[in-house]
Amino acid sequence: MKLLVKGGTVIDPVAGKTMEKDILIVDGKITKTGVHLSAGGAEMLDASGKMVAPGLIDMHVHLREPGFEAKETIFSGTCSAARGGFTSVACMPNTSPVADNAAIISYIKNTAREKGAVNVYPIGAITRESKGDELAEMGDMKEAGAVAFSDDGMPVMNAGLMRRAMQYSRMLGLAIISHSEDKNISAGGAMHEGYMSTVLGLKGIPSSAEEVMVARDILLAEETGCRLHIAHVSTAGSVRLVREAKARGVKVTAEVTPHHFSLTDQTVAGYDTATKVNPPLRAAADVDAVKEGLADGTIDVIATDHAPHTVEEKDVEYDLAPFGMVGLETAVGLVWTELVAPGVLTPLQAVMKLTINPSMVLGISKGTLDAGSDADITIIDPAASWTVDPAQFAGKGRNTPFTGRLLTGMPYMTIVGGRVVMREGIV
Amino acid sequence: MGLSEKDLVGLQHVPAEEINQILDIATPMKEIIKRQIRKVPTLRGRTVVTVFYEASTRTRVSFELAAKYLSADTTGITAATSSMSKGESIRDTARTIAAMGADIVVLRHPMAGAAELLAHTIKASVINAGDGAHEHPSQALLDMFTVKEKKGRLKGLRIAIIGDILHSRVARSDIWGFHRMGAEVRLAGPATLLPPGVEKMGARVYTNLEEALEGADVINILRIQLERQNRGLFPGLREYSRLFGINKERLKLAAPDALVMHPGPMNRGVEIAPEVADGIQSIINEQVTNGVAVRMALLYLLTRGGSKHEITC
Repeated sequence: MKLLVKGGTVIDPVAGKTMEKDILIVDGKITKTGVHLSAGGAEMLDASGKMVAPGLIDMHVHLREPGFEAKETIFSGTCSAARGGFTSVACMPNTSPVADNAAIISYIKNTAREKGAVNVYPIGAITRESKGDELAEMGDMKEAGAVAFSDDGMPVMNAGLMRRAMQYSRMLGLAIISHSEDKNISAGGAMHEGYMSTVLGLKGIPSSAEEVMVARDILLAEETGCRLHIAHVSTAGSVRLVREAKARGVKVTAEVTPHHFSLTDQTVAGYDTATKVNPPLRAAADVDAVKEGLADGTIDVIATDHAPHTVEEKDVEYDLAPFGMVGLETAVGLVWTELVAPGVLTPLQAVMKLTINPSMVLGISKGTLDAGSDADITIIDPAASWTVDPAQFAGKGRNTPFTGRLLTGMPYMTIVGGRVVMREGIV
Repeated sequence: MGLSEKDLVGLQHVPAEEINQILDIATPMKEIIKRQIRKVPTLRGRTVVTVFYEASTRTRVSFELAAKYLSADTTGITAATSSMSKGESIRDTARTIAAMGADIVVLRHPMAGAAELLAHTIKASVINAGDGAHEHPSQALLDMFTVKEKKGRLKGLRIAIIGDILHSRVARSDIWGFHRMGAEVRLAGPATLLPPGVEKMGARVYTNLEEALEGADVINILRIQLERQNRGLFPGLREYSRLFGINKERLKLAAPDALVMHPGPMNRGVEIAPEVADGIQSIINEQVTNGVAVRMALLYLLTRGGSKHEITC
């Protein structure tokens, strides 16, 4: 089985180069890249006018299986990923039961292998049932295939426990992913605290709820030497804390979601529950700060925090609606429209934050186009304009605040292990 | 005459002309209430449904009487807050009511945004009778009506709103309304009960009560809710009363003819001293009467949306 990706602009984040060349794939591996490669019996994929990148990696998704299959399954979630141009996803452990032991990690890996459209890397829970009381069997989970640990959505409030988790995870060589939120500050909040929460009469989640925990976890990482990854950075203060920590040499990385660099709390006016997300959509100054953090390298990774919910769950009063929005199928469009087109990031920088950078945080052998690597490739049409229509999504969730938004830049083809899993929007 | 919007969800976007229109029509409505036979046929054949997801006596009764004085058919639904999570969704409740043929739905709900959700779901007009900490427009309209009746104007008056601004939908609607009508709105309360950015709504914020009261023409005293204390938002009722309670001495800081208002129900001896509540400057009972008149005006105008009908009373 041979494929030749021909005529595209290849973005190689490892070499740090962008150039016109072809990629030859044989039996699921990249065997050769170069100018004017001859097909030699390979099926030719015309990529002229397109950008060819290593398969994109979304290191923060919720696949909901096991336990919440009405929201999403490993099958539907990976189809959504494929349609969004992602060839690998790392899924958070807040399933039911919680992915806090090797059996669940194995279940997710096996199910993904059987039914998944893309590669799935499970993230294990830090504490049993993510309750924040005692450490989960992190070593066991690593052996079963966990690539990092996080109590996403259920922040570890006990600083002593988080410290031990970092000591332990350092021994295993895996990163701790911090959902940074002080529950005592954010308690009951539904949106960013500021003028908009005052006008709308919704309880606010102050920026300090996030920043207090970012600061705490940076200090703990500095002390323990554990690799720390800050999930979904949303405030100017968090960006500053990460920037300062990096300058001191702390092993910290950070991610931002497309919605946090695209939307402000103004979007909540009208009480559309699709705008309810945790951390909340912040103020304009915060959006500017995360863009600055993306540009100067403080923020390493773009990840979606894809969080599907059913229509019924979201079609309620704002306070009652669950947090979260889907993101896999709008990510590339938002990155190109909001970051690449205005010059915040070059295409190469954007691709790095979607490939090699998350790959390094997770310690997986993905995100590269080097000969011999898995043939995971995403072809992006940077000029294609399209309007977001949730009815077209391959995933189950329809909870997006971007409905009707015109975006420029679209995943054109997704190739996983040499197999075309999505072509022009069809999975 | 009539209102430009189908619904009254809040005062944030209601223009001054429409507020004036409502206040103007409330005057003849108040005449009706004073008559021996309090009934005009204006809304005969119309149906007003009150849907209260939260305990309330005065607002619900006020709307029901307003509808009855105008000869509308009325019915009420009350839902205990505790049954909401296991019961029907608000959207389905709304569709059920709409299917039965209501013209106006009056909604009280413990969560912000509920009135807007309802307004987007049904064709009937929705009046927000209080949604969480968002807005309570009919209360602000009756506050403005009462002040205008006493002072002859709203423009240039100094309105001090005292207490728990953070959780108060009355405060928000009052700020939008009084500010739009040209009054100077002052807010005072414990720092933990002042919401961020509230000054951008058009108010001056004070943490020193005395400064806020200085020369005020109106003092609107908000109810302090016991459960707030339990959640640790301020140290206790005793200290609250000492720092922010309105008593006779503090009242003297305001203009000599200052009016004292309270949206009720009152905690006598906490946010308001009994002698202030019952004093000659208090117009608290007047507010209740005017509440019916203003709600009659609202019901009338919402059923007349866009048309030129003259009032028939």
